Amino acid sequence: MEEGSQADRAYARVARVWQCPDAIFASGFILRRHARIGIPACPEIFAAGFFVMNNGTLIKIESVSKQYGAPRDGVLALREVSLDVRAGEFISLIGPSGCGKSTLLKMIGDLLAPSAGQITIDGHTPTEARRARKCGIVFQAPTLMEWRTITRNIALPLEIIGAPRAARDQRATELLDLIRLRDFAARYPRELSVGMQQQVAIARALAYRPTILLMDEPFGALDEMTRDRLGQELLTLWQRARVTIVFVTHSVAEAVLLSDRVAVFTPRPGHIGRVIEIDLPRPRSAETRNLARFVELVRAIRATLRELGAK
Amino acid sequence: MNQSLTTRRASNWIGEFDLQRWILKHIQYILIPIALTLFLIAWQTVVTLNRYPVYILPTPGNVAESWIASWQRGILPRHLGITLFEIALGFGIAFAFASTLGYVLAKSPLIEKIVSPYLVAAQAVPLVAIGPLIIIWIDTGIAQNALIAALIIFFPMLINTIVGVRSVREEYRALMRSYNASAWQVFTILEMPAALAVFFGCIRVGITLSVIGVIVVELMWADRGLGFLLNFATKSFDTPLVFATVITLSALALGLYIGVAIFERRIIRWRR
Ligand SMILES: Nc1ncnc2c1ncn2[C@@H]1O[C@H](COP(=O)(O)OP(=O)(O)O)[C@@H](O)[C@H]1O
Ligand SMILES: [Mg+2]
Repeated sequence: MEEGSQADRAYARVARVWQCPDAIFASGFILRRHARIGIPACPEIFAAGFFVMNNGTLIKIESVSKQYGAPRDGVLALREVSLDVRAGEFISLIGPSGCGKSTLLKMIGDLLAPSAGQITIDGHTPTEARRARKCGIVFQAPTLMEWRTITRNIALPLEIIGAPRAARDQRATELLDLIRLRDFAARYPRELSVGMQQQVAIARALAYRPTILLMDEPFGALDEMTRDRLGQELLTLWQRARVTIVFVTHSVAEAVLLSDRVAVFTPRPGHIGRVIEIDLPRPRSAETRNLARFVELVRAIRATLRELGAK
Repeated sequence: MNQSLTTRRASNWIGEFDLQRWILKHIQYILIPIALTLFLIAWQTVVTLNRYPVYILPTPGNVAESWIASWQRGILPRHLGITLFEIALGFGIAFAFASTLGYVLAKSPLIEKIVSPYLVAAQAVPLVAIGPLIIIWIDTGIAQNALIAALIIFFPMLINTIVGVRSVREEYRALMRSYNASAWQVFTILEMPAALAVFFGCIRVGITLSVIGVIVVELMWADRGLGFLLNFATKSFDTPLVFATVITLSALALGLYIGVAIFERRIIRWRR
């Protein structure tokens, strides 16, 4: 990437100024924004900048299995799942309910440990990645703290890191602008619609600039119109924040519209049956749905789901 | 110029003033004093007509007189102060123990399994029956009553703490874990505020319960406090003082309840 090499020189300069050699390896956009916000006092945030943005593998999942409960009478949720998630891509996981999509997401985020197999995130274990705050997580429910204002909800991850007040507020305002909810900064979650709350949850997940965004059916509880709108917003956000998104959904059309690739699961015990490239042009919009290729891909994924389900 | 503006606004206001709507809106503030006045008049009439002696049924006037007199002589303030102090102390003791134990029980299912049968059994013992034991073991009156008050609110507080901490959904914990939050941060940022909402519900009920508890104990064993004053007034046939004490007691319970409600509104602003 030519922008990368040009940027790298600039960031090396910034890194010298801040006397932080690690920053040289940091991906450009992170450092640039940090320089603007001025949060040099937080080494943890810096850790998030370790990733080199290229099209290499970011998350490597190698024959991971997950068994809930005892080996004999427990539930085998996942069976030998392997998947490489590329840096910067938008990948969707789709499959019948109970096939272990959430389980896989939780293991990437180090909320669960695999029973067998290995997950590496840019060469680190999930625990190391979590400690370095590389993953932002969004659940199906907004999961906001109702006693905190919207600003304080968004700034929560930074508060936990121990970022100074000014930096927290600044970042929160920036994110509020990004989701266009600045007017609601001082409101409480209760005063927002569920769709807006979910946007806030996404903004919160981006607060410390994670490299990876893990989203578990984030639009699953929303009506179709809100869902489509937030999908578009998410694409814009993804392009601007340049994060890698692992997106769980049960809507085939949504997966096709948003993703670079779609991983299709078999029924439980979950196994990735096929990974389908979505070769639709970007930027995508509601118009994309009318393309013949879109319809074709949706049909192909539906067929794959049926085929995997029948086995 | 300025003046004409204000007069115009004032006349406007009077012009728009709608008596009927105003009355409807503030109906409770009008009806309550009216009802109270009617009640007092009826009371006065009944006593005057039947010529009851003061020690059977005093008039509102007698009661007011007695209240003012005992307030001025410092009897009422002293006993009120003692009762209030006992309740506050009891509340503090119960809060300290119930929230700590509740947090531990909520966090450790094993400890809960071991302790909960005893807790349930202890809850089944009528507290007034423990009173004499407490009096044998502890010899200052104030500490006795405070302890009884503490015992009365301890269980509701304990249960509510457990419910409050348990009410935190798993996803919130997962979120905190993903931020790599420390146990202390999980406690202060997540568990405490979440438990607070549940907690206040029990405090509002608990505070009235504890007034009753303290009064019952004072009635039976104490040598000071409003309960004692009530007992003393009854035994010396000073019926106006009995009424005056009961009114003070009701005011105390009501005041505490309102105080807690205001405090709750302050803290749980986000609920509104
Ligand atoms: N905490 C748990 N304990 C036991 N079994 C679980 C637990 N969580 C999920 N499971 C089981 O694992 C399987 C996969 O669950 P999940 O990952 O939530 O599926 P999905 O998100 O694809 O619907 C399901 O069959 C579910 O019953
Ligand atoms: Mg799920």
